[in-house]
Order: sequence, then C-alpha cells, then structure tokens
Amino acid sequence: MPGFIGAEALERVFREEHGRLTAALLRSLGDWDLAEELVQDALVAALEHWPREGIPDNPGAWLMTTARRKGIDRLRREARYRDKLALLQEDAMPASIEPALGDERLELIFACCHPALPRESQIALTLRSVLGLTTAEIARAFVTPEATIAQRLVRAKRKIAEAGIPMRVPEADELPDRLAEILAVLYLLFNEGYLASTSSERRDLAEDARWLAQLVVRLMPDEPEAIGLLALFTLQLARAAARFTPDGRLVLLEDQDRSRWDRALIAEGIALVERAGRMRRSGPYQIQAAIAACHAEAASWAETDWPQILLLYDGLVRMTGSSVVRLNRAIALSHVAGPERALEEVDRMAGELDRYHLFHSTRAWLLRQLDRPDDARAADRRALALTENPAERALLLGRIDA
Amino acid sequence: MKYMLMFISDDSGWDPSKPEVQAAYARIGQWFEEHTKSGKITGGEELKPTNTATTVRQRNGKVTVTDGPFSESKEAIGGYALVDVKDLDEAIAMAKTWPALSTIEIRPLVEH
Repeated sequence: MPGFIGAEALERVFREEHGRLTAALLRSLGDWDLAEELVQDALVAALEHWPREGIPDNPGAWLMTTARRKGIDRLRREARYRDKLALLQEDAMPASIEPALGDERLELIFACCHPALPRESQIALTLRSVLGLTTAEIARAFVTPEATIAQRLVRAKRKIAEAGIPMRVPEADELPDRLAEILAVLYLLFNEGYLASTSSERRDLAEDARWLAQLVVRLMPDEPEAIGLLALFTLQLARAAARFTPDGRLVLLEDQDRSRWDRALIAEGIALVERAGRMRRSGPYQIQAAIAACHAEAASWAETDWPQILLLYDGLVRMTGSSVVRLNRAIALSHVAGPERALEEVDRMAGELDRYHLFHSTRAWLLRQLDRPDDARAADRRALALTENPAERALLLGRIDA
Repeated sequence: MKYMLMFISDDSGWDPSKPEVQAAYARIGQWFEEHTKSGKITGGEELKPTNTATTVRQRNGKVTVTDGPFSESKEAIGGYALVDVKDLDEAIAMAKTWPALSTIEIRPLVEH
C-alpha cells in the first residue's frame, strides 16, 4: 500500500539488496566502478519512487531493472563504457515478467576478502560493496580521513581488475583458508565497533559485523566456525546495554548489571553455539562463543562456571597458541586455583606481552586481590600509558585514584 | 589471463650434485611437463645462480657494468614460468603446487 514508509524498512531493504545488486551487476559487467555507479543510480531512483508508491513486492528485481535501464542511458552517453552496453542490453528485457535476482553475494564476499588484498582494503571493500556504506561512513567509523579510505578502495578495485582476482566461491581444498580470511575480517570489524564507546556518534560496526556474519551463515549453513563467530557476536552484543554507564564509562563484565542483558539475544547465541557444536568440527570461534555462553548463563560473576571456562580456555590455547588467550585463561585460573597461581602464570608472559595494556591491567586486577595495592596501581599506570581508548583510560584512571 | 610466476630463493645452498637437489629437479621437471601438457604453461626457464649475474646500470647518461645481481638481497629470482590461466586463483593454485621450497611472486603480464 502506498503511503508512509519508515526509514528503517527502507534501510533494511537497501541493506539486503545493495550487495545482491552489486554482485549481480559485477557478474555481468566485470567492472567495479561501473557496478557501483549503477547501484547508486538505482537506489536514488528507489528513494524517489518508493516513498510515493510503496516498496515493490520484489524490490530486488525493481532495483535490477532500474539499474539496467539507468546503466544503458549512462553507457550511451559515455564512450568509455561503450563495450559494456551489450552486456546490459542482452537481458534488459526479459521475456518473463521480472528477472529473478540470484544471490551472488557469497562470491562477492570472497572477492572482497581475497588474500591478495591487504587486510584494511578487505575491510573497506566489504563495507562498501556488500553492505553499501559510503566512503564517508567508512571513514567516520574508523576515524580515518575520507581520502585515505577512498584511496584504499581505488587501489583494491584496481588490484582486483589488474591482477585478475575472480568473483567466485573457491574450490573445496581452498575453502577453509579462504573462509578463515572472511571470518578474520568480520572479527576485526566487530572488535573495532565493540571496543568503541556506544555514546559516540560512530556507526555501529559491531552490528554491521553481526549482520554480515548472519549473511555468511545463511549462504554457507554448514560451516561451524562461521556459526561460532555469529554466536560470539550475538552473545557479546547481548551484553551491550550493560557495558557502558549512561555517561559512557566502561563497565567490566564482573560489575555489569545482568538484568540489562538481552535475554532473547542470549538464547539466540546459545542456540547457535549448540548448532555449531552438533557439527563436531570445533574451532577457535566456537570455543570463544562457548566461553561467552558460560558467562551469559551465569547468574553472577561469582556463580560463573569457572572450571568449565578454564577447560574451554585450555582448548583454545592448544588451538591458537596465542599469548593473549593465555592471558584470558589466567583470569579463569584465578577463580579455580587462586590469584597467586594466576599471577605466576601471567608473569611468565611478561616478555611477549609487555607492550599490551591488558597484560598490565590483568596483573593489576590480580595484585589487588593479593592485597598489593601499590603494585596494582603501578601496573594500572603501565596499562594507562599503553592505551588510547577513552573508555579504557577512564576506567584505569578511576582505579589508580581509588 | 597471463601471469609470470617468479621463483625466488636463496641459491647459495643450491648444489646440483646433492641428491636432494636432484630429486627436486625431477619434481620440477614433472611440474613443468604436467602444466605444459594441460596448456597452462606457455614458457619458462631456469636461471644460473646469482654468482654468474652481471648488472648494467644506466644513470644520468652514464652506464656502469658491475658484477653481481641488481639487489643486495640474499633471495633472487632463480627461474620463471609464463602461464595462461583463467584468473589469479588458478595462478595461486599452480604456485601452491610448485615442488621446490621457495617464494613465488605472481605478476600479471601487460597484454598489448
């Protein structure tokens, strides 16, 4: 029914259709810049028509037809694109009513996260092409000059064209490595958003990462690590409302008001952990999600199932060998075996983690439990010198002054 | 698309009289044969070690000739293969099966 269309409904449709349209146009044109321009044209047209006429039954097909029509106009005007014209005209007028728009977003995501592109370009390109963020939005989200992001995107698109990076789902033997690349991009994206204070005007990249993870899971439903990553995002976002005070100060898990956790999201996250677990191919993201699930299910910090968490961390250490994971494991260890044992364990990592602020703040946390407030304050000061995140700094300053 | 796969390694320990080096040669021969048959390789050569290299530099209208490779690096191009494949993924897949332990740089060719 024509009439009022909420901005939210429009955004939801755009989000869903932007990547599909980009992927479909890329598939037929093979030109990233041109595909991007046509997607923009189609979305602008939708913004003119839909609020008056209502969102069409098949918005994807509407956008595709519009993009093609606009594309043909544009290509006729611009000599540089002449050779592409035939590609659009071929099926511009389908015999059937509306062309069914296939979902080639998975191919698109694999292309955006190709290992032959630098990580920062993978991130920018995924946000731009799959999710439809503008260059300005990406720049704001990463607190990076717009020109820098624009250049990253230009370079990435040039590399794709010149080096022959394909838009396709890799062969089975390549799939695990290539999927890991995608998940690493989403993980970074999530953390970028999650670590930023929610009080700022920055875009919620954590929500974007979750949306993308949902898409990847929908398109590759049999990959337990993808499900594990989505579970992890879901469980962490379930706690979002309790992570900051109204004035933007960070609240540690230990001190969070658990009544403010989103129970529906927690249930969703736990169901995802279980679904991945049934596939019997464990992995680091699934284990991290299982740890998050333990926290989410606990009625309080004290009632947390620490032996179970310690066990999960043991598995994660074995899988990743990461010293940051060992640091987190030490927190679980302090609950199971006491702060003294945990501190011994942490001190053994001093060599590798001396430049990592959470190493020092974890030491401080343990030292305080061992009744060594002066040493704890010194450790917090070291942490303070190593982080620029305003929320973390405020928390540390509060502890040093206490 | 056409690419050059450049096989880069430290050739100081490359002694053709060693049995393991001979075994590697046999595998490399097989690799070339297999991919030439399938039509993916259009050319390729092995280069003699860097101690046979001579570098000619033209700078400010002056030409100098010196002994040794152009770069100080221990690693150098020891050979190359010209390939004609569908896309970068196929070139990467080929590089992954290169039987000698080395670094491989893949560069697309300018097609005129």
